[in-house]
Amino acid sequence: MSTFYTVLPILFLAVAGIVMLMAGVFARRDHSFAITAVTGVVLAIAARLLVAAPTGTVLHGLYQTNDFTRFADVLVALGAIGALALSVTFNRNIGITRFEFPVLILFAVTGMVVLVSANDLITLYIGFEIQSLALYVLAAFARHNLRSSEAGLKYFVLGALSSGLLLYGISLVYGFAGTTGFEGIARALASHPAAAMGSTVGLVFVLVGLAFKISAAPFHMWTPDVYEGAPTSVTAFFATAPKIAVFALLLRVMLGPFGPAVAQWRDLVELLAAASMVIGAIGAIRQTSIKRLMGYSSIGHMGYALMGLAAGNAAGVSGALIYLAIYVVMSLGTFGCIIAMSRGRQPVDRISDLAGMATDDPRFAFALAMMMWSMAGIPPLAGFFGKFYVFAAAINAGLAPLAVLGIVTSVVAAFYYLRVIKVMYFDAGEPGLDSRNSGVSLVIGLASAGVLLFAFHPSTLTTLSTMAAHAVMTSQGF
Amino acid sequence: MNFHLLSLMTWLPLAGAVLMYLTGDSANAATARNARWIALWTSLLVLVLAVVMIVGFNPSVHGFQFVESAEWIPAYGIGYRMGVDGISLFFVGLSALLTPVAVLASWRESRRVRDYMAAFLLLETMTIGMFSALDFLLFYIFFEGVLIPMYLIIGVWGGERRVHAAVKFFLFTLAGSLPMLLALVWMWHHAGTTDMVRLMHTAIAPTIQDWLFIAFLLSFGVKAAVWPLHTWLPDAYGEAPLPGTIMLAAVLSKMGAYGFLRFSLPMLPQATAYFEPFMFALGIIGIIYISFAALAQTDIKRMVAYSSVAHMGLIVVGIFTVTVAGIEGALFQMVSHGLVIAALFLCVGILLARGHSLRLDQLGGLASRMPVYATFLMLFVMANVGLPGTSGFVGEILVMIGAIQANFWVALLVGTGMILSVMYMLVMIRRVLFDQARSVANAVIADIGPREWLLLAPLAVLVLVLGFAPGSLTHIFGGAVQDLVHAHLADLSSGAHGRLAMIKQ
Repeated sequence: MSTFYTVLPILFLAVAGIVMLMAGVFARRDHSFAITAVTGVVLAIAARLLVAAPTGTVLHGLYQTNDFTRFADVLVALGAIGALALSVTFNRNIGITRFEFPVLILFAVTGMVVLVSANDLITLYIGFEIQSLALYVLAAFARHNLRSSEAGLKYFVLGALSSGLLLYGISLVYGFAGTTGFEGIARALASHPAAAMGSTVGLVFVLVGLAFKISAAPFHMWTPDVYEGAPTSVTAFFATAPKIAVFALLLRVMLGPFGPAVAQWRDLVELLAAASMVIGAIGAIRQTSIKRLMGYSSIGHMGYALMGLAAGNAAGVSGALIYLAIYVVMSLGTFGCIIAMSRGRQPVDRISDLAGMATDDPRFAFALAMMMWSMAGIPPLAGFFGKFYVFAAAINAGLAPLAVLGIVTSVVAAFYYLRVIKVMYFDAGEPGLDSRNSGVSLVIGLASAGVLLFAFHPSTLTTLSTMAAHAVMTSQGF
Repeated sequence: MNFHLLSLMTWLPLAGAVLMYLTGDSANAATARNARWIALWTSLLVLVLAVVMIVGFNPSVHGFQFVESAEWIPAYGIGYRMGVDGISLFFVGLSALLTPVAVLASWRESRRVRDYMAAFLLLETMTIGMFSALDFLLFYIFFEGVLIPMYLIIGVWGGERRVHAAVKFFLFTLAGSLPMLLALVWMWHHAGTTDMVRLMHTAIAPTIQDWLFIAFLLSFGVKAAVWPLHTWLPDAYGEAPLPGTIMLAAVLSKMGAYGFLRFSLPMLPQATAYFEPFMFALGIIGIIYISFAALAQTDIKRMVAYSSVAHMGLIVVGIFTVTVAGIEGALFQMVSHGLVIAALFLCVGILLARGHSLRLDQLGGLASRMPVYATFLMLFVMANVGLPGTSGFVGEILVMIGAIQANFWVALLVGTGMILSVMYMLVMIRRVLFDQARSVANAVIADIGPREWLLLAPLAVLVLVLGFAPGSLTHIFGGAVQDLVHAHLADLSSGAHGRLAMIKQ
């Protein structure tokens, strides 16, 4: 019975997705709004079920739930619900209101939940593909729009490449370790030096495949284009849920089955972190589109979170999780503001379109300014605490040079975040943007409140992430 | 202490700022009037609390008073800890005194008044919180948080090149203080807590101390505008609206000097001894080079700004003599400088409010047309150059005593700097007040009004009181300074690790 309750959330998500797909197909009228609303409720219920699911490894070791998967799943659900709430008006304005949109998000989330809970390389790959297929379609969702189709195609080609690399890596690991189960791999790596050496090659491919999906440099090329080309409602989703899910998986895989090989992969992760921070900071400087800017910004953020992974201990995992949690909230708030940028119902995304916002719509300007400052890591906003925890983990693990690089790139990044604030507050202009709808305002408001008030009570998140990190470090018997 | 005086003083301005946004929504005249009065009353209330605090402070007790402690992030050994000792007491007081002055000085501001007043109240929350924080992370948050309101104050309400100045200020300060974040993380890792009192009693290996010292030097040096980290300052001071300049020069620059006293000296004794000659050199170059730069200025506001930097050099020398006299002098000079520089900028603002150009070659002859103004300006200029009987004198003479104890050549060069400061200040006075030949044609210009009296008179009285009765100040921080110096010497005797070369007399 406990097996049933453990897998209940995925069953629920998958069945709900199929039921809604049927309802959408067979309905006479367009019920897309109702389906979106129901999807939101389904995701909320699923999150509740995920939290309630009993800890344990089920289905012959294929699937695992623990404090870590709960933490990551809730973040994924949060990102998805937020992105759904932002999508409604936007999709209507650009004429892509179709019931498939929420259904695809639901399938993607199903894949992510599988991904996060995977305890076997095969489960991992299945989850990975379930989410990716849904995401490819979403990227090209505005199919009459050339940019969106281009984004979808680009994402598909590069995504397929990364899937291939991942699968190749998995096959190598299987060949040398003799198993695909996480516990078995860990045991093989720890006990047989030869297996460890061969698996390291596979490990590199797995790492590269996953780095593609979290857009860590130097595998980041698709990010700015997809962010800019995809409809903003899709970008908001891309920036949150999939990144969290794949990053959580990365933490689990690296510290679980590949935990004994930490000496082999630490340099690689450090390199990824360093390259992401630098490219995220430098690439964003000359951008004029706020969506592209956010693309580069997300590359940089992944670099900081990877610093936590590079630390390779419980404090590092905890730091990375806190960073991701705060990143989800900041991204939702920022994309809420970007979605609200439309003129005559046509979306605009130039940073210069924001000139004069501070007098035109002070609340909007204030919220976006808080998000930008938080992303730049200025205390007392939430983003600062994220940076603090990963820097703390990195320095504890003796990665001072990486932390110093992180500081330098923070200053560069602050420059472009400040530019957005500068345009809103210092430049005169008549933005004349359309009024926001209440769903978007709610998301922006909640995100701003979270970012502003986090400093008053950071300990709950710290406690939860410490529990989650503990779970990931102990689940494989280390 | 059960009534959380320090927390109240810290968070009251923030509550005031929130209140502004709850009363009235649109940007009409009533909202602006409300915002002004809320800002004034809130900051005055904080001032009253500050007076209560100073009166209730017991100078004979060692350590921190009005201590508060609460859990914050217990898993990381980080807590919400507040408290003041003789050193921080007056900086809290200075912030509380100068915020209402800045609010009153901007009474005529008409652009986006509510945001403006809220930014100043937020600034007060950050500064008071920083001076009374006893937890390193809390300190860092307030220290950095200052950037947000100050960036907006410069960028929205500043002069022509405000955007450039605001961005430069922000990036310089951020780049300076991020190394401190690394130092903070390292010290937390080392001691397992961010409690500043415990950090002061945690021994750190001398080789690490040097790195930490450099990190602190970068962050506090940028804030205190120590040469050569001062280059953001002329832009920021020049372009900020006058009340913003007052807060920058009088309060924010003290944050850096306070940081040296609170962190570098007690926590890194060996590194402080090692870098002492280096800090003297920076301080002296600051005093002399910046004085010449001040002489070359053609604008009265910039001249006062450069004079402020030169005095910060003096304060740095005083702190790093690590003698009782030198540190007391630096502290005294910091308080005095806060009052005097604020008053000088107010005097500049009075000219600005009368539509005067600030260019020195277009000013002149004000002594006969604005006699009261001229008297005030003269008094504050004299206090700035350290005329006996004013507060500036006490600070300078104490720093000189400390410097002589440390090294003759240091004292000589500091003295040279003081002479230079008299030079440029007197040049300014001559051009602004006398020099009839340059005076502009329209002779009718109003002398200072009641609001301006209200601003300048209390500062003038304080400057004179501190000048004639310096003991009222020194007896309060004397104990804390002696403890600091003794602890420092005790740490050093347990194992020094050399110092940079310095010429001996």
